[in-house]
Amino acid sequence: MTSLTTAMPGLRAGSLPRWGIGAAAIGAVLLSLLLFAVTPMQGTADFLVFAAAVIVVAITVSSWAVEGRRRAKDRLATSLAIVFLILTMLPLGVIGFYVFKKGLKLLSVTFLTHSAAGVGPLSSGGGIYHAIIGTLEQVLLASLISIPLGLLVAIYITEYAGGPLATAVRFLIDVMTGIPSIVAGLFVLAFWVLALHQGFSGFAGALALAILELPIIVRSAEEMIKLVPASLREASYALGVRRWKTIVRIVLPTAATGITTGIMLAVARVVGETAPVLLVVGNNDFIHTNPFSGPQSSLPLYVFQGAGSSSQFDVNRAWAAALTLIVFVIVLYIAARLLTRRNALKQR
Amino acid sequence: MSVVATGTDATPLGPVRSGRHGDTVFKSIAVGAGLLVFVLLGAIAVFLVVKALPAFHADKSSFWTTKIWDPDASARFGIAALVFGTLLTSLLALLMAVPVALGVSLYITQYAPRRLATFLGYATDMLAAVPSVVYGLWGVFFLLPHMVGLQVFMARYFGWIPLFADKNGQVSTFSKSIFGAAVVLAIMILPIVAAISREIFRQVDPTQREAALALGATRWEMIRTAVLPPSWPGVTSAVMLGLGRALGETIAVALVIGNTFSIDWHVLIPGGNTIAANIANRFGEAGSTGRAALIASGLVLFAITLAVNLVARYVIFRSGREEKSVV
Repeated sequence: MTSLTTAMPGLRAGSLPRWGIGAAAIGAVLLSLLLFAVTPMQGTADFLVFAAAVIVVAITVSSWAVEGRRRAKDRLATSLAIVFLILTMLPLGVIGFYVFKKGLKLLSVTFLTHSAAGVGPLSSGGGIYHAIIGTLEQVLLASLISIPLGLLVAIYITEYAGGPLATAVRFLIDVMTGIPSIVAGLFVLAFWVLALHQGFSGFAGALALAILELPIIVRSAEEMIKLVPASLREASYALGVRRWKTIVRIVLPTAATGITTGIMLAVARVVGETAPVLLVVGNNDFIHTNPFSGPQSSLPLYVFQGAGSSSQFDVNRAWAAALTLIVFVIVLYIAARLLTRRNALKQR
Repeated sequence: MSVVATGTDATPLGPVRSGRHGDTVFKSIAVGAGLLVFVLLGAIAVFLVVKALPAFHADKSSFWTTKIWDPDASARFGIAALVFGTLLTSLLALLMAVPVALGVSLYITQYAPRRLATFLGYATDMLAAVPSVVYGLWGVFFLLPHMVGLQVFMARYFGWIPLFADKNGQVSTFSKSIFGAAVVLAIMILPIVAAISREIFRQVDPTQREAALALGATRWEMIRTAVLPPSWPGVTSAVMLGLGRALGETIAVALVIGNTFSIDWHVLIPGGNTIAANIANRFGEAGSTGRAALIASGLVLFAITLAVNLVARYVIFRSGREEKSVV
């Protein structure tokens, strides 16, 4: 920045035209092609990585030559951000594609409506009906526990807050978000299964899932309740309505859409949790509809066991079950997002 | 309300009198729910300790330094190798995920047009919604086989870094290694770090950004001078929360790690283990001492993640800002 002219890029200094960027990129790709043709380097993945690196370098260097150091740094930052974006989207695309490709091979009505009873690792066939039943019951029970409790905690934090106790509760909820799922499972194992001698059951799995679901519901409900305008509450108080009635009849219904979204996302999170379920529901190849006694299965557990198996049949079944699980999660997720659009309370 | 209900014998006036007890009852229920959170966290700590104690008594070797896991037959087990593997995989995952996550969230908040930004936000959130067992399945059958080439490349050209050295030529084979687990972990924590730092970057005062641009800063200079400095506390906590998630991740790691007991810095060779993965892999065969030993290791994991989370929350608390509940 020795003189005024160089200090103001874009005014006097040269700027790289739009086609310049394109030309640099195409040149970089051609150079990579050439190098891959004449040197021992090979492979599609290697080429893509190498070409991306050369493109970034080419754009930066040409920008440096024409536009100077400051613009070159800016171009470098922009191209790196785009490269990182691609790096992030890549796994999503690959996982989605691979799970659908592998899972669709086996997924059928028969697969969804039959259990794995009597199906050994060396035979094809079998299904995941028992696992779907288990997952649905466990997640439903977990939600029945964590939704009312979570709403009450959220109401406590937002409506009756003020003291150090409320701050502490809020902080502990934050800490609970960070509890590893396996630790929640170990707790239920130590408490419910070992100390209280209740044995493995779907309900034990639901307890562990409820611990994981609770903080997510509290945090999202808390935010939604905070978005309810104070004028609504004041109007209600002015009409002589009691505080608890104001909360139940005015605040909660206003925030209902947002709270529902949060609940759906929380359910989407716990439906795929394997670790806690692995420790406390036991396992069962048969259809077991009673969640309160006796071992059950669950979808994520079924996938986990198939993934660790050395039998190709088990692995194929695991892929189909994984696809079912993912579809379940995606449906919940998209439904939650669509609901957000209809939310009357505007988020930031 | 006092205007109407002046005396004790005032005529009952519908909404005023009704529900007086309701208020007290409702408040007690809400406070009770809040207290239950205390009880729950306390119970988690207490029951883990109580059920882990038998393992500490039964252990014939030192729990903290032993590198084997044989609680049921010989009562010799220790978590040295597990803690080592847990920390190493998580730190490697952070090294890979954090730059990418920050780049993505900067792109979404500072570069992308609004519609694209919304879509990309959904897409990264979707990555966080994929169940960990699916990551594990994909890791074993797709990622690990496809990573052999990369591992060979790294061992050949970066082998001079001790971490990537090839011991006894084991790298060329398909392997479940610490590095493989770290890559899977990196993909899993990326959306979490990205989601939190996205919210942090979004909170930056737009006037600061506009002022920087008006002074002739390029976009990168604007990011460096106006966006990043106020965001560091938030980004630090995002990284810590990502670390906490990586430390406790179980199922995906259990499927893609070598399940061995050794402290070996060579991350590319087959082997490695973590506390959480060990619990998942050994639980099925564990007897009563075995279960107690696994609970004891889980207690250690709980303590580590708790410490990491407390630091993260403290940083947020200190900076006086709130991140939205994105995790």
